[in-house]
Amino acid sequence: MSNATPTHNYYLPEPAAYPVIGSVGILLLLGGFAMWFNDVALGPWSSLAGLLVLVYMMVLWFGKVIGESEGGLYTKRVDVSYRWSMSWFIFSEVMFFAGFFGALFYARLYSVPELSSIDHKLLWPDFNPAWPSAGPGAEANFTPMGAWGVPAINTLLLLTSGVTLTIAHFGLLANNRGKLNLWLGLTILLGITFLGFQAYEYSHAYSELNLKLTSGIYGTTFYMLTGFHGFHVTIGTIMLIVIWFRCLKGHFKPDHHFAFEGVAWYWHFVDVVWLFLFIFVYWL
Amino acid sequence: MSAVLDTHGKAHDGHGDHDDHGHHTPTGFMRWVTTTNHKDIGTMYLWFSFAMFLFGGVMAMVIRAELFQPGMQIVTPEFFNSMTTYHGLIMVFGAIMPAFVGFANWQIPMMIGAPDMAFPRMNNWSFWLLPPAAILLVASFLVPGGGAGVGWTMYAPLTTQMGPGMDLTIFAVHILGMSSIMGSINIITTILNLRAPGMTLMKMPLFVWTWLITAYLLVASMPVLAGAVTMTLTDRHFGTSFFNAAGGGDPVLYQHIFWFFGHPEVYIIAIPAFGVISQVIPAFSRKPLFGYASMVYATSSIAILSFMVWAHHMYVVGMPVAGQLYFMYATMLIAVPTGVKVFNWVATMWKGSLTFETPMLFALGFLFLFTLGGFTGLVLAMTVVDVQLQDTYYVVAHFHYVMVAGALFSAYAGVYFWFPKWTGKMYDETLGKWHFWLSIIFFNLTFFVQHFLGLAGMPRRIPDYSLQFAEFNQISSIGAFGFGISQLLFLYIIIKAIRSGEKAPQLPWDGADTLEWTHLPTPAPYHTFENPPTVK
Repeated sequence: MSNATPTHNYYLPEPAAYPVIGSVGILLLLGGFAMWFNDVALGPWSSLAGLLVLVYMMVLWFGKVIGESEGGLYTKRVDVSYRWSMSWFIFSEVMFFAGFFGALFYARLYSVPELSSIDHKLLWPDFNPAWPSAGPGAEANFTPMGAWGVPAINTLLLLTSGVTLTIAHFGLLANNRGKLNLWLGLTILLGITFLGFQAYEYSHAYSELNLKLTSGIYGTTFYMLTGFHGFHVTIGTIMLIVIWFRCLKGHFKPDHHFAFEGVAWYWHFVDVVWLFLFIFVYWL
Repeated sequence: MSAVLDTHGKAHDGHGDHDDHGHHTPTGFMRWVTTTNHKDIGTMYLWFSFAMFLFGGVMAMVIRAELFQPGMQIVTPEFFNSMTTYHGLIMVFGAIMPAFVGFANWQIPMMIGAPDMAFPRMNNWSFWLLPPAAILLVASFLVPGGGAGVGWTMYAPLTTQMGPGMDLTIFAVHILGMSSIMGSINIITTILNLRAPGMTLMKMPLFVWTWLITAYLLVASMPVLAGAVTMTLTDRHFGTSFFNAAGGGDPVLYQHIFWFFGHPEVYIIAIPAFGVISQVIPAFSRKPLFGYASMVYATSSIAILSFMVWAHHMYVVGMPVAGQLYFMYATMLIAVPTGVKVFNWVATMWKGSLTFETPMLFALGFLFLFTLGGFTGLVLAMTVVDVQLQDTYYVVAHFHYVMVAGALFSAYAGVYFWFPKWTGKMYDETLGKWHFWLSIIFFNLTFFVQHFLGLAGMPRRIPDYSLQFAEFNQISSIGAFGFGISQLLFLYIIIKAIRSGEKAPQLPWDGADTLEWTHLPTPAPYHTFENPPTVK
């Protein structure tokens, strides 16, 4: 009796060591961060080791899943499981960003205006609550990030990348592999260009606008929201690169390519988050 | 069905001793580390949660020992603060939540006729993320400054000023959040996609329904907690100003974000308990559950409302009256679906053929005491009353009535109820009844008097108190020590039953009618429903 017998037309994997390897990696990574942030010399090395262990685990685990998928072990029912789980994962990511957007709205609608109220006149008599604000006690001589320079270009880049990814998907559905590989490659280029522009924007902000993570609540919300978004774009780009190599190797069929669709969902999600960022962080 | 669990839970599947192209089933310790079987993982969750329960319980004993007399006797105030903090964190995230995930792992696949969870390897990871989180929590006691004494709610600005122990706690919360989110996605996917033919949503046992709703709450709320502690982390180390008024932020912002997570969290703990009770009471009443559909709708409405009431934890932070009124009425609205549930449980027993074995006793204990905890919740929901009672022992009494007599008692009901199915052994009924009566008497001794302490104004989370509170505190501490010792009796009952319990009959409870009782042998084989049953 093998654990790997398909049942219910449902593939059940045999015992696996990937999860516990991942747990060791997480412990080293986050324990390392805790040491690093408190100036323990071992910290960076523990974090690096944890990161390497996690990457090793992901290569093994995802490699195994890709092998199982290409080996025909995943039925339609397994496919439906992946669809549900990816949808709920993206929902959890939506809630994560909702927390940070909540902090932004709270600061703009409640905490900053309140700090100029009569209650606070004794402590901070001259505080002007106009947004963008660094708050009454922080160094305030920064220039806020404008919306219509690099951020507008980045909006166009991401929106375009959504289109190119959809064209690649049409290519996959029509079994036109050349079209698939070309447009997926273009999507990756747009993603990398976006990240390059954002890196430029950050360095510009730090060196010329004097806008820093420490620039009060404006700098805080600006960098944390765009930073977490940039982190997600980075992950999305890595995912796109992985499926691009899989496409080049001939993986995916017109009727069996959930990995591609899952990455595409994720990419569109990152795209939508950016639109909210553009409106509420850069523009309004 | 060639694989069965023996008394030690080891699988006999004839695969452990030869190499099957590297795909052999590992044995010994590695079997548990690498397992992809929902029953193994459920067992690990249950044992882990019980170990954490004892660990958090020892902390409670330290708290009650210090509070036995006024004045400072045993521990320093800093250590006392870290005891209240980690007692809360460990009981919520380490004991109660994993215990119910253990039930979910064991029961959901068997109750819906599925061969396993939808993602067995991810299921394994959900469990094996818990030990690293526990290691980080314990390690925080060993670093300079010791464990974080900030309360389990981890309010800023106290958290932004704590020592390195706070960072370890923050990262532990991150890992626990990952575990919960992966576990919940697994549970939702299993329920939505792996039901046997004919098992429509409205035919699912109520325990499965409650876990579907709980998993939704977890996926929606845990990322928000992750965001809150991440903001704390960056405020601590990278100069951000989320919770710093000088930078335009606000410490109250932390409370809003935390309780946006924290109130659903209350129902994440309570709703699976409702599910267990909704299986146990019909079984021992020998009647179907009264008002099944209304139970589903009531549970769903509680879940939705739980996201709209968070600021009732924060009436005294300086909120506009309109806000206080809204949160007061919205909170009281939750009493309506909760009342529906209590009514249905009572109506299930009405004219039933009742017997009172240990699971039913714990279910009835739940019913009385959880309802009492609900009533004190209504008292606290009233803004004008809460302003007096905020941060007093009345609040402590209230949430221990729902957490201990609610969640913990229903977990005990569930363990005694399903123990025969899981192991094929019967527990000692006499000892089980002793466990129940000792628990319920000592529980009330511990916590009932805390209502009076709170009404008289004794603040929570303070290691010393003024003289007039001494008698009630001594009663409470005696009750707590008795309660703690009574739980060791539970450990003894379980070990005794596993080692030398009588063989369980196929259907030990007359009224149990879900798939695991009607379609599977007792004990349940290692692999179940490899071919799905058809549900009519």
